[in-house]
Amino acid sequence: MKRQLEPPIFEKGSVGRSGVDVAVGSTDIPLDASLLREELDGFPEVSEPEVVRHYVRLSQLNYSAATNFYPLGSCTMKYNPVANERAAALAGFAGIHPYAPDATVQGALALIRDLEQWLCEISGLQAVSLQPAAGAQGELTGMKIIRAFHESHGRARKKVLIPESAHGTNPASATLCGYDSVSIPSDARGLISAQAVRDRIDEDVAALMVTNPNTLGLFEEDIVEIAEIVHGAGGLIYMDGANMNALMGVAKPGHMGADVLQFNLHKTFSTPHGGGGPGSGPVAVRADLEPFLPRPRVIERDGRLAWEWNRPQSIGKVRSFYGNFGILVRAWSYMLANGGDGLTEATRTAVLAANYVKARLRGRYHLAYDRPCMHEVVLTDRIQARLGVKTLDVAKRLLDYGFHAPTIYFPLVVAGALMIEPTETESLETLDDFIEAMECIAGEAETEPAKVREAPHETVLSRLDETRAARFPVLTWSVQQARP
Amino acid sequence: MLATIGIGSVDELFPSVPAALKAKAALALPDGLGEREVLERMQALADANELLPSFQGAGAYRHFVPAAVSLVMSRSEFATSYTPYQPEVSQGTLQAAFEFQTYVARLTGMEVANASMYDGASAFAEALLMALRVHKNRPRLLVSAGIHPEYLEVARTYLEGYGRGQIVEIALAADGRTDLEALQAAIGSGSDVAAVAVGYPNFFGVIDDLAGAGALARKAGALCISVTTEALALALLRSPGECGADIAVAEGQSLGLPVSYGGPGLGMFATRTAHLRQMPGRLVGQTVDEEGRRGYVLTLSTREQHIRREKATSNICTNQGLAALCVTVYMSLTGRRGLRELAIENTQAAHRVAERLTREAGLALALSAPFFNEFTIEVPDCEAAFDRAVAGGVIPGVKVARLLPGRPEHKNRLLVTVTEMTRASDVDLLIDRLRSRAAA
Repeated sequence: MKRQLEPPIFEKGSVGRSGVDVAVGSTDIPLDASLLREELDGFPEVSEPEVVRHYVRLSQLNYSAATNFYPLGSCTMKYNPVANERAAALAGFAGIHPYAPDATVQGALALIRDLEQWLCEISGLQAVSLQPAAGAQGELTGMKIIRAFHESHGRARKKVLIPESAHGTNPASATLCGYDSVSIPSDARGLISAQAVRDRIDEDVAALMVTNPNTLGLFEEDIVEIAEIVHGAGGLIYMDGANMNALMGVAKPGHMGADVLQFNLHKTFSTPHGGGGPGSGPVAVRADLEPFLPRPRVIERDGRLAWEWNRPQSIGKVRSFYGNFGILVRAWSYMLANGGDGLTEATRTAVLAANYVKARLRGRYHLAYDRPCMHEVVLTDRIQARLGVKTLDVAKRLLDYGFHAPTIYFPLVVAGALMIEPTETESLETLDDFIEAMECIAGEAETEPAKVREAPHETVLSRLDETRAARFPVLTWSVQQARP
Repeated sequence: MLATIGIGSVDELFPSVPAALKAKAALALPDGLGEREVLERMQALADANELLPSFQGAGAYRHFVPAAVSLVMSRSEFATSYTPYQPEVSQGTLQAAFEFQTYVARLTGMEVANASMYDGASAFAEALLMALRVHKNRPRLLVSAGIHPEYLEVARTYLEGYGRGQIVEIALAADGRTDLEALQAAIGSGSDVAAVAVGYPNFFGVIDDLAGAGALARKAGALCISVTTEALALALLRSPGECGADIAVAEGQSLGLPVSYGGPGLGMFATRTAHLRQMPGRLVGQTVDEEGRRGYVLTLSTREQHIRREKATSNICTNQGLAALCVTVYMSLTGRRGLRELAIENTQAAHRVAERLTREAGLALALSAPFFNEFTIEVPDCEAAFDRAVAGGVIPGVKVARLLPGRPEHKNRLLVTVTEMTRASDVDLLIDRLRSRAAA
């Protein structure tokens, strides 16, 4: 049976239905009528079977890591082990209140402390906060820490150096901290050179934000010299840890000169991406930056764990409570299962897989940089573009072959980029199937380019009109807009 | 694979990592465990947490989660999918987000809502930043002291160093509502005020005079922001939109998510269409495919960091997608009547407990203004009374002084929350444990 579209929930149900038992108790409301709203107009009246079928059907319109392989570069869409879900659902985790007395939540505090310590060991840094809710909030937190550090030394400084290959969150986070972004071009190797940093460094530079390996999947080979240049001018190194899956057990950011780094637990440590979160973006810092971390911090006091709120130099809180705790539980379960040896093996296998994909597709697709890659590889549409087939077309045609598209048109420094990150969890057969699909599409681009240009053909919908969506925004359901 | 790559061993995969940086030793971490051992370890950690009867809320609420919500959450097609960048294979996530935006807009009485933020606190901070974008030449942000202290702290963190924006706290009147005279005085001529923000209900459980604050904000040409920690209240109270709010933010955890030690929940963010282009966060919009069939896509992304970089309205990328789906399913199940009835049940239960605490335990409400499902009481020698209650098997609430230390008026205040999950036996225990001392 071909999959069907599903009408919005607002077009279902009938007056009087509900998916829960509606108490017909006293309607005696102990509040003055002037404080109350009208009925919840515009909410549907649907039964439990209608609701369950509706959302299960919607789920079936989704591509997911549980069903297929995601080659999404910079996203680290590895398989999400199911045991982690069971752990997070335990009543002793899901049911505890954030203001419960510390003495009653020693298990949660121990988990937080141990997870922090493991992240220290992996990063080569000395202190970690698990509070940030996602990678971008981790960046914001890290940059606030850098600002607080400079202010404690007299002045905040004015600007941040950011490679042009960086993720867009980097400059956006710098702006939120009151810093101007100064772009550093990539050189012919796809790297930032020590000279490019030397040319731009001065006493107004608060930090260099660097992703290593960078978004081209390449290790920043000059990183030690670059860090020395920045440190020499009194600046700090912020390392975007989005690509930590390339480094675990292989090299430590702390040894590269990184002073601050954010992790993405929903990438490297396999917590499910949830269609866009919740994630978790812990921040690691070197020892002398610890006082600036968000408060509160877990400490040991008289043999018990407790939250310490008295942190006069802290940048303050960046979100309520202690972070996305349920995500921390999943990550911890994943880390226990892997151990130091398993995490190292994950990195080595991920890098192996990326280099294998690269070796197999060399020649069929243009390589943005033909150098040894780390955990991901960037191809371009240069060969296919001559035939009138663009990156977007290749991406859409892959959907017909049952694969998600790679990350496309990113990094911005590569025209027509197709960024592939296979991760360590895919079998050789899956990689070969994907490679074969890519090869077939390269062939189709030569023999029947229209078929690629008009893809996808097999999905529940064909290409969607994004211009119309932006020009005439319909952001909520209404009777008038129900029939487009 | 090695032969295809042209190397002899995996060790040769890292030629670009300088030798000086390569790890000399293995990670100093234990080896991995089998699934059974992992789950035993996790169970042991979970068991080291005590689940006592509790009257704690203050931004994280225990409500009943219907099994159907859990079922949809466990669908790995939702849980393990990526951000919907390829709409043709992501209609499930996209349509659910579109439904979420619709629910949030209707619950808050606003015109548009985004697809979620991290939590209520960061959504509040983003609302203040948005007000500064809407009113470029107005630096002052007048925020009620009734807003959750952690939300205020997060807002201060976000604003620190941003370069613009000055937070001014407006005191509460004796009844627990924002002091509108103090607000009017702080507004002054009003020409430099970007926004007025009010907790609704506020941290102390009080249903603040949002409409009153909103009217003063409007007169000054400033935006009015409502800040809600208990989203269920909005199913019963006049909506923020009806009260004149221009931006409504809320923590959505109470609508179908467990407390989970404070996360994940989600931020809800709604506003008026006039301010659409200044909104932070992802938006899902309806459109058509090439055959004219209805479908959904991420839209208006020229506001966002991956396009605008340093000029983006926010740095947010990953949000709380699965948590938003959870709220969507929850609102669908409870629906038009169920959600309101539940809100009524909550406020009735809370008022019964408040009445019993005053009548049977001899305690006094600290604030006289109306409340929804949490309220503040004065407990003599609160710190000791709290510890005794916990030792006696019940967590009686949240000590206000824990969040607002050093303020003498809050020294003996306890914030008590009651929901449909509160059992009669819990209430008896609470009365008993708090009475023993109040009478002495």
